[in-house]
Amino acid sequence: MLSLLGANWSTFLLGFWNTILCSLISLFFSLIIGSGFAILETVPNKFWRAVAKVYVEIFRNIPLLVVTMVFYLVLPTYTPLKLTGFQAGTIGLSIYSSAFIAETVRSGIQSVGTGQMEGARSNGMTYWQAMRYVILPQAFRIVIPPLGNQFVNLIKNSSILAFVAGFDLMYQGDIVASNTFQTIPSYVLVGLFYLALTLPLSYYMQYLEKKGV
Amino acid sequence: MKHTKLFRKAAALLFLLLTTVSLSACAVESDNSVRIYNHVKSSKTITWGVKFDTALFGIKSVKTNKLEGFEIDLARLLTKEILGKDGKAKFIEVTSQTKIPQLKNNNLDAVLATMTITDERKKSVDFSTPYFKAGTSLMTKTSSPIKSIKDLNHKGRVAIVVKGTTAADDIARLAPKAKIRQYNDYGACTNALLAGQGDAIATDNGILAGIAEQHKSLHLVGGTVAVEPYGIAVEKGQTKMLEAINKALKEAKADGSYHKLVKKWFGNIPGFSVKEAEY
Repeated sequence: MLSLLGANWSTFLLGFWNTILCSLISLFFSLIIGSGFAILETVPNKFWRAVAKVYVEIFRNIPLLVVTMVFYLVLPTYTPLKLTGFQAGTIGLSIYSSAFIAETVRSGIQSVGTGQMEGARSNGMTYWQAMRYVILPQAFRIVIPPLGNQFVNLIKNSSILAFVAGFDLMYQGDIVASNTFQTIPSYVLVGLFYLALTLPLSYYMQYLEKKGV
Repeated sequence: MKHTKLFRKAAALLFLLLTTVSLSACAVESDNSVRIYNHVKSSKTITWGVKFDTALFGIKSVKTNKLEGFEIDLARLLTKEILGKDGKAKFIEVTSQTKIPQLKNNNLDAVLATMTITDERKKSVDFSTPYFKAGTSLMTKTSSPIKSIKDLNHKGRVAIVVKGTTAADDIARLAPKAKIRQYNDYGACTNALLAGQGDAIATDNGILAGIAEQHKSLHLVGGTVAVEPYGIAVEKGQTKMLEAINKALKEAKADGSYHKLVKKWFGNIPGFSVKEAEY
């Protein structure tokens, strides 16, 4: 297995790098989009709540592969928008994950007692000030463990790139496996590379949880 | 404390995983060269690994839900030659990526699935004498400016191939400036080409002919760029089985039944020469 790694080092490394890149970009955008929709889901205005609900329910209940294929195959066919596999996969992953993160963060916001909001408002804060300085800091502390789960899922889901020629770890692993016929060692190596990403993340989230941020 | 315990558990798991892998690698090595042949003879069944997604060669028809194609017919013919009239042919789907592992796992007795004979693959499996002479060719949209492999050899051009096929090597050698994108099957390749995610699909002409037949907006260009002889693969060292297959192939070629099959499947494909494909 080591000789396989040695002979295909650059192939695996390129895939590893693309997986990290895709995960980081998706993590950033899905956290922002997800938090945005989570706040929208809890505002008093019924219309914006409905908008957020529709977004979350649609993208949470469609397979990631379908979302990605829309960006990879459907958009280029009917619009002048041309997306590479990496771009389509990263956008699809960001949108898909943002729906789950929205639900996670929403549950955090709603688990902060209503007294907190009332107290902040009665001290002269506006709704948005109360949200920003009182509710959200508490909410994010509560949702660290489930949010960590979402991040780990996101990294694993980035293997969607393999289906749209996104040159990620899974794609490169497929190619090494089919070129060398060493199928099992190739996929064991791919698994170890994913572990090298997800295990430290898991431990870091556990550390944050213990430290209480 | 808790962490060391966890790490110990993880290490144990990893060890277990590695042992399983190395054990399964050991199990692949066989010592007797007649095992598959005897198994086939006693069960009166040959399990063939074939394609389910490749028009003209081996495809599961959406309409009839039946397997059909040149290789399916050839497998049935060879089964009868080897086992006699009451021999049964069983079919299991393989893909470019899974065919060799499946053969090594003993799920299959032989692979008859558009498999090009290469030196690299000869290290892992044994090949029969060739039964089909394919050639790597290009398929583009009819509106595409690309007319040959030379047109593909420019920066920014993208060739589409299936993972694990020899076409990727051909493109890397003959059109080194083109980018190569690899997909899991021909369906995904065709979708990518139709959506403009690449300029041309590169693979064997027989397979492309089957796709072009179904999509009027696609056509073959530039002729063949590399010869790809197809062979039947058996597990390395199963010489008795290999001999039986070679003998059956020879007989089928001698009595004309092989020629009849090639003509049946490829006789009416425009731009396809039966004579060039036959052995």
